[in-house]
Amino acid sequence: MSEQQKNDNLVEIRHLKEYFNVNVGFFKSRPLKAVDDVSFTIKRGETLGLVGESGCGKTTVGRTILNLYKPTSGEIIYDGKPIKSKSDIKGFRKKATMVFQDPYSSLNPRMTVSDIIAEPLDVHDMYKSKEERRERILELMGYVGLNSEHASRYAHEFSGGQRQRIGIARSLAINPEFIVCDEPVSALDVSIQAQVINMFDELQEKLGLTYLFIAHDLLVVRHISDRIAVMYLGKLVELADAKEIYDHPQHPYSKSLLSAVPVPDPKTARANKRIVLSGDIPSPLNAPSGCPFRTRCAYATAKCAEAMPELKEISSGHFAACNIL
Amino acid sequence: MENKPFSTQVCLDDFIPATDEEKEYMVSMRPSSTFFKDGIKRLKKNKIAVISFFIIVIITLAAIFAPMFWPYSYDQMLGVNPGQPVDNSFLNLAPFEYGQSEIARMEAGESVVPHIFGTDSQGRDYFIRVVYGTRISLAVGFFASIIVLLIGLAVGSVSGYAGGKVDLIIMRIVDIIYSLPDMLMVILLASVLKMVLDNALEGTVLSKIGSNILSLFIVFGLLYWVSMARLIRGQILSLKEQEYVLAARAAGAGGKWVIFKHLIPNCFSVIIISTALQIPSAIFTESYLSFLGLGVNAPMPSLGSLASDALNGLSSYPSRLVIPAVVISLIVLSLNLFGDGLRDAFDPKLNS
Repeated sequence: MSEQQKNDNLVEIRHLKEYFNVNVGFFKSRPLKAVDDVSFTIKRGETLGLVGESGCGKTTVGRTILNLYKPTSGEIIYDGKPIKSKSDIKGFRKKATMVFQDPYSSLNPRMTVSDIIAEPLDVHDMYKSKEERRERILELMGYVGLNSEHASRYAHEFSGGQRQRIGIARSLAINPEFIVCDEPVSALDVSIQAQVINMFDELQEKLGLTYLFIAHDLLVVRHISDRIAVMYLGKLVELADAKEIYDHPQHPYSKSLLSAVPVPDPKTARANKRIVLSGDIPSPLNAPSGCPFRTRCAYATAKCAEAMPELKEISSGHFAACNIL
Repeated sequence: MENKPFSTQVCLDDFIPATDEEKEYMVSMRPSSTFFKDGIKRLKKNKIAVISFFIIVIITLAAIFAPMFWPYSYDQMLGVNPGQPVDNSFLNLAPFEYGQSEIARMEAGESVVPHIFGTDSQGRDYFIRVVYGTRISLAVGFFASIIVLLIGLAVGSVSGYAGGKVDLIIMRIVDIIYSLPDMLMVILLASVLKMVLDNALEGTVLSKIGSNILSLFIVFGLLYWVSMARLIRGQILSLKEQEYVLAARAAGAGGKWVIFKHLIPNCFSVIIISTALQIPSAIFTESYLSFLGLGVNAPMPSLGSLASDALNGLSSYPSRLVIPAVVISLIVLSLNLFGDGLRDAFDPKLNS
């Protein structure tokens, strides 16, 4: 791989919209704007963290990128090629996979571990002999630190952390370039979280993976991400390098979100002022006009109600969407 | 370190760390257990279900193998021999009685297989007729349930997985079939199909089985799949929201793969249980259709038609009604109890 290619954007999302129709009356339905006009890029080999509170559309972004939901509009460009037709998607499935949030429901209870891990191989018919399949399974289990004796067992015989490793092994089966990690550690307890996070780091180094890391645990995201995107009510509000966004958040929502991060040092914690927002997150079914954050924003003006502010580059590589910046 | 008597001092030797070998010894792998092994283990503990299972097996084996070594056949009139006058002593024998020619043979020292259930009004051995009747009833029960299962599974899984408009249309069709009075439909269809099939089957192997049995299968297939389809649709609707289905789709799996690899294996317990409970209801329907004269073609007996024939001589020969009635009850009861046992063993919601 040449240096030029390495700096390429592996995944590029342009004006992605994903609306779901929600029945509100007997015959009436209204669009729920789960993701509304989101654009960003992910560079080859980097980890983009995607944060935001529950229900802001993080997971939907991840699933729509993988075409598990058909995008309402917008473009997904992978490795320079737009993913549109069925054959594009078929090829794309061999390069991009997903790790799921809940290690309990993401593994079929009726399949053995080896069948679960080999499922993508079986679907794409990616081996020639039974022997080759078995070797690949053992190799994958080795990557994620599972014992080869576990291969013939069923998922319910494992702990949460082990189950998540099985899920990760499955997503690595096809030798992917890009993995969407949908809150992969939020269902695990803290000590296991650390192990799994470190494993993600090691695998990235070893296999040259690119991650879209969706999480709501801000410390985890800070640890693993190169860049971080903040979402609010289906819209991207800020995007910057991990360090930059933690040290100098610009958007009022990011500021408040990051002030909620617990600091393990009481002195700094006392010095930091927690910005507490008033009110609740509005229902995405009738989101406020213009900037969705204006109902809870201390700096909101009449202008904010008119239109969603553009995502502006306020310093090198630091984008934010707010009228006051 | 010496320990003084009556001292509460702790002996430190008891607390040295375990060596690697000792640790190895303590680690033992629990044998891998699948959902089915667990279920069968629970089923074995249920005595009623086990007994019912053995009754079903014995009756089934008897229905299959008894005709092979029984010297009489179901349509053989024992008093009628070519070239000889009709021997009326064979008609209406009580259990363990013999006809005149048989008594003569026994006196000559030959052994004669007894008529353990006696004979009927035409001098046919009643035991073998009951065995054949059981055969027909069980066959109808099993095959009808399989037909119901196949149609219900196909329609239910497609409807559940596809969702949306497909689901809506299929479920309205199901509702319509569900709302028809089944008894009326069964009788109407059975009599209409009988006429149609009689002509179509003439001269083929199937004509021996009789158009009535075939029309019964068709009736079952057409009417009784709806509840199975509903049940499976409901299961699939909830299963398809599971993340492992999403994971399979993210890996590029199509609908066929998802249904066969993920959804159907996960509703297996429901499928087994409802099929097991479907069999007795099919046997029951067959029995009373035969009782009403819509079942098998004479001289082929079925338990229902045997009971119906026995009504004529009820006051003189009550055993002829009692025997098929007891066999039907035994089959239906043990299948129901076994089905209940299966549900208790495999339905995880009932497990505490």
